[in-house]
Amino acid sequence: MKYDIILAGVGGQGILSIAFVIDNAALEQGLNFKQAEVHGMSQRGGAVQSHLRLSDSHIYSDLIPLGEADMILSVEPLETLRYFDYLRPDGAVVSSSTPYKNMPDYPELEGIFQEIKKAPVSVLIDSEKLAKQAGSVKAQNMVMLGAASVFLPLKEENLKKFIRVLFERRGEQIVQVNLKAFELGKEAASSTKK
Amino acid sequence: MNKMVLLGDEAVALAAVHAGLSAAYSYPGTPASEIMEYLIKISGGSQKFVAKWCVNEKVACEEALGVSFAGKRAMVSFKHVGLNVAADPFINSAITGANGGLVVVVADDPGMHSSQDEQDSRYYADFARILCLEPTGHQEAYDMTREAFDLSERFNLPVLIRLVTRLAHSRSSVEVRPAREQNRGEAYGSWQDWTLLPSNARRRFRLLLDRQKDLKEYAEETRFNHLSLNPNNKKLGVVVTGIAYNYFKEIAARLPEEPSYLKVSTYPFPEKKLLQLIDQVEEILIIEEGYPFLERFIRGVTGLPGKKIRGKMDGTLPPSGELTPDLVAGALGLPVKTGLKVESLKLASRPPQLCVGCPHADTFKALKEALKDFPRANVFSDIGCYTLGALPPYNAVQTCVCMGASVSMAKGGAEAGIYPSVAVIGDSTFAHSGITPLLDAVYSNTDMTVIILDNGTVAMTGAQPSFGTGEPLDRMVAGVGVNPEHIKVIIPLPKHHEENVRVIKDELAYHGLSVIIARRECIQILGEKKRS
Repeated sequence: MKYDIILAGVGGQGILSIAFVIDNAALEQGLNFKQAEVHGMSQRGGAVQSHLRLSDSHIYSDLIPLGEADMILSVEPLETLRYFDYLRPDGAVVSSSTPYKNMPDYPELEGIFQEIKKAPVSVLIDSEKLAKQAGSVKAQNMVMLGAASVFLPLKEENLKKFIRVLFERRGEQIVQVNLKAFELGKEAASSTKK
Repeated sequence: MNKMVLLGDEAVALAAVHAGLSAAYSYPGTPASEIMEYLIKISGGSQKFVAKWCVNEKVACEEALGVSFAGKRAMVSFKHVGLNVAADPFINSAITGANGGLVVVVADDPGMHSSQDEQDSRYYADFARILCLEPTGHQEAYDMTREAFDLSERFNLPVLIRLVTRLAHSRSSVEVRPAREQNRGEAYGSWQDWTLLPSNARRRFRLLLDRQKDLKEYAEETRFNHLSLNPNNKKLGVVVTGIAYNYFKEIAARLPEEPSYLKVSTYPFPEKKLLQLIDQVEEILIIEEGYPFLERFIRGVTGLPGKKIRGKMDGTLPPSGELTPDLVAGALGLPVKTGLKVESLKLASRPPQLCVGCPHADTFKALKEALKDFPRANVFSDIGCYTLGALPPYNAVQTCVCMGASVSMAKGGAEAGIYPSVAVIGDSTFAHSGITPLLDAVYSNTDMTVIILDNGTVAMTGAQPSFGTGEPLDRMVAGVGVNPEHIKVIIPLPKHHEENVRVIKDELAYHGLSVIIARRECIQILGEKKRS
């Protein structure tokens, strides 16, 4: 068994927090993982991506080969498309529909959605709306993790356990907001999954 | 058995502690910063050791050398270009030799994710004639770092560990072993070894040359260099170094049969093992992350008579940038898979940019306006977030070369007739390498203006402490000898824009050396403070 994920977003959107939860949930289940991150210059509002690989056998490469990702999990719709050539023919796209516009030539949103829908399996989530509903617009990353959980080979209880670990030091209220965000994302993905 | 989730950088840091580290030093730089970040984080634990950021890499390297002289174990870490700064003590530490174990960790950045070049630090180890260890993965990063301290003490030489971005910034689980005690540091280094007067240095250098055969023997026997011969495949043999091994193993699984291969993770490379591989096959493919370092040795001038050699030098693999599993697939003659193509729209690029509310943005706006009547002006810049001032919408700076170069280049530019000649440098970069060229400019009273962007931190690499910020920075500038009448402090905020433009214009008009300190705290740090 192997499961390769491209995590995508914009610097500051918290994709490394998503990675933290998945890494540790995988380890909890006895899986191996490797997760290549982006640090430094690109974190300043630039495009960021992480290759996250799960397997029950040894993982050699830190990078996912083209055409082999089982999932693109993205907190920003344009960023989703940037990594389309990594997706397997039967791969899933779990993408936020909330744009992050910090450049002048951001394409028309409807065109982006149409491209995303060309993937064999695609789920578009209004992460901003759901995060606000959960109590904080900052929780969009956990909304998207919840949406992805419908596909991931990881137990929900393990994911939730490490959401708690991740946010514990910021207090119980923040933990609850993020757990709620996870739930809302999961429900939204379950109802739109095609 | 104890498994931990660690970055490649963190695996190195923890292994050093478990190897009995007494002191570690560093200067921030991507992708090496997380080594020291992690050491500082765990330094409050049961093991007591020194873990400190230093003013620059040369200082860090020399402090580590002092620890080694005292007989204790030391580690110094920085990014690849940091080794350029530390090259003097580094090269000479191979002549003095190590007393306590001395490990130099250098994180290269192939593909230049966050760097100005992609130099390959294996050349430095070769240049210094010391061992270079190049881990392929997290476990090896841990195991090799532990062993590096033993090797340093066994051969009495510093050992270089070469990391690359993909390992430094990749996370995985690592099995860790119990820590051992630090050295007690009873015997200092002897003065005959450590005082590099020519008579001592000549003797020490001969010793270093004699030691080479021991290093080569180690390279043949170590488990980190591994030869796998497949007697059924006499056609292709593959030489893989460092993390290229991972891509090779990943992709070779797609082949009907794995070719023979030599994995090289320590240098000097294992010549005997290499000859064994060459003997068995018709064609050699060399896959390296970085420069074609081994490939040049293998090709020599004459190549291998009767055998084909492929690698970066014949175009089988690209000569620059990072390797990927797909590039390795191509080199092995396998088709590269592709996923979906986006055809109906153009994917606008999203480059990094200054944060909303960044003080540098306000300084650049004021500087641009002050310079608008000077078409022949030039702004020399430096290494930091503010290098992004070169991009739209600012287009405010015209150079960025290396730490501190803004000040020295502005002086050279002024002496070549550039007016106004302006240097823009961050507070930490100024402390790192800007003070000495400023001293030079003071001596000549050069007609130039130095703007120090004092945001109080090393922002780009994750907010490490700065050595030259606030009031002490003002005193440093005055202490170097800049005329106090031409040291100005401005606050880069939109509401002070007009005033700031005026101050800059006044100093541009002064035909001598001026320093303007633009002081406002990094917006990221401010945000952190508000949250906590």
